[in-house]
Amino acid sequence: MSANDFSPLAPQAGSHVREVHDPLHGELLEVSMGPHHPSTHGVFRMIVTLDGERVMKLKPVFGYLHRNHEKIAENTTYLGSMPYTDRLDYLCSMTNNWAYAIAVEKLSGQPVPERAEYVRVILAEITRLLNHTCLAGFLMQDCGCSGTPLMYAFREREKILDLFESLSGSRMMCNYQRFGGCRVDPSADWLDGARKLTDNYGRFLDEFETLLTGNEIIMARTQGVGALSPELAINAGVTGPMLRATGVNYDLRKVDAYGVYSRFDFRVPLGAHGDVYDRYMIRVLEMRESIKILQQALATIPAGPIMDPKAKLRGFRPKAGEAYGRIEGPKGEIGFYLVSDGSPNPYRYRVRPPSFVNLTVLEDMCLGQTIADAVIILGSVDIVLGEVDR
Amino acid sequence: MLGTGLLKGLGVTAKNFVGSYHDPERYTTIEYPEVKPKLPEAYRNFPFLVTENAMDPMGTLRCVACQICEKECPPQCIYIEKSKDKKPDASGKMQIYPAIFDIDTSVCMSCQICVEVCPFDAIKMDQVFEIATTDRYDALLLRREQLAKPNSYYQSIHPTEAAEVDGRLAADRKAAEEKAKAAAAAKAAAAKAAAAAPAAEAPKTPPPAA
Repeated sequence: MSANDFSPLAPQAGSHVREVHDPLHGELLEVSMGPHHPSTHGVFRMIVTLDGERVMKLKPVFGYLHRNHEKIAENTTYLGSMPYTDRLDYLCSMTNNWAYAIAVEKLSGQPVPERAEYVRVILAEITRLLNHTCLAGFLMQDCGCSGTPLMYAFREREKILDLFESLSGSRMMCNYQRFGGCRVDPSADWLDGARKLTDNYGRFLDEFETLLTGNEIIMARTQGVGALSPELAINAGVTGPMLRATGVNYDLRKVDAYGVYSRFDFRVPLGAHGDVYDRYMIRVLEMRESIKILQQALATIPAGPIMDPKAKLRGFRPKAGEAYGRIEGPKGEIGFYLVSDGSPNPYRYRVRPPSFVNLTVLEDMCLGQTIADAVIILGSVDIVLGEVDR
Repeated sequence: MLGTGLLKGLGVTAKNFVGSYHDPERYTTIEYPEVKPKLPEAYRNFPFLVTENAMDPMGTLRCVACQICEKECPPQCIYIEKSKDKKPDASGKMQIYPAIFDIDTSVCMSCQICVEVCPFDAIKMDQVFEIATTDRYDALLLRREQLAKPNSYYQSIHPTEAAEVDGRLAADRKAAEEKAKAAAAAKAAAAKAAAAAPAAEAPKTPPPAA
């Protein structure tokens, strides 16, 4: 077997399944899963070599959704890239916006008013609820609970999207953050709506957990599957709930304490085994912490301006220099690295996408597992292909 | 006991099943084409051009073809050509107007950056979303005639925002008028003073203070 056998560019005669002869293991079967497989969360392709049902080798192939995001950003103004960051990860547009705004604010030394910082925290935590709820739903869909948990998750997601829509005008492509603040000041009605959502969310989580957490089938299906060791997770640069499920205490909200996170009292849940069940549990526990943060932030949000009056929208030219802005997105560390040469466009624009980096350990988690487990392991990584391929 | 988790979960699904018949918290879908969703005021979709007078939309476009939105549009879906002549705008000032103003809605991503950068409040976000068509090209390329919508329409879809914009525009117009009046008065006073100056040598009445 040569390396060429796995190249996505090698001619494969249109076959999705073929026999591979391996001198060590005998006759193996190579299956091309994706890019249009329903379990691959978009256009992701895994070339899996199987011995019976066991995965012997797994090569991820991606790039089917490559949209030249970084190069486009180098050819538009700083403001012009903001709506494109929505499209990186369509579940977490608010946190993508924030990470990009932080990078540009660092680059230009732009201060942010306090109310805007609070609004950003509120929106980021609502986004975390949204993302983790959807992930739990999709993961259960991958496990084979067809429909029910996913539909319950989407019902709650719809309430969050309604909030986003009434604030920013769009459900998913919010384009809400600006350099030096936020675009619209949330009204008292909107904040009441957010309070109502926060108060009701715990009840939904209780119900969701009754349905899933103690379920014997789910436990049998996910416990001990796709275990990731903390050493490997750290070496591979895995971040977010994936890393914390292995027991490593690393959360940028505590480490960097960006924004106003240092003012809120919350804990960082940690897993012990790093398997799929832990990754699911971490997300549920994180949602509970998010509710705590939301309650504190909504109770103490100060009045004041939402935009820095000196912030410039048009003709924005930061001094020559470089900056890296990062936040703890729902999927992990989302960062933007910018190099400015003093012109209206960034000289270099680079995204550090959490789901792309988290995906690099996929093969290590899948080796020796069955092909059905590979599907739920991929589901528990929490990828959005818009962000992986950019 | 093995199976309790399962049974509890079944209880949840049963609760949701029954609840979906009477509890609005659990029954959240609407029968879309028959029942229209209530859009929030902030909802935005493709941009449109504001005109002052619905009877003469092309003559009263607020847009002065400054081309700022064309430059700032991230996907570059706006195409503008300036007019050769000038027309009076709402406040009577002679302005250039857009001879061509096209928005390619197949490219537009409704980010509303054009709205934010427009210094004349001439382009605003619409709320029309049922624009599906079988033609990919011409039907999705909106000309200025299709884009122009009266200010009253803007007031009906974004009432709060429109009231603020109208207030600001009225204040600007008033300030401009007062400035023009003051300038005219100053001019008249200067002319009067100039006329009065030679006469001021002989008569005793002093010229009025300007």
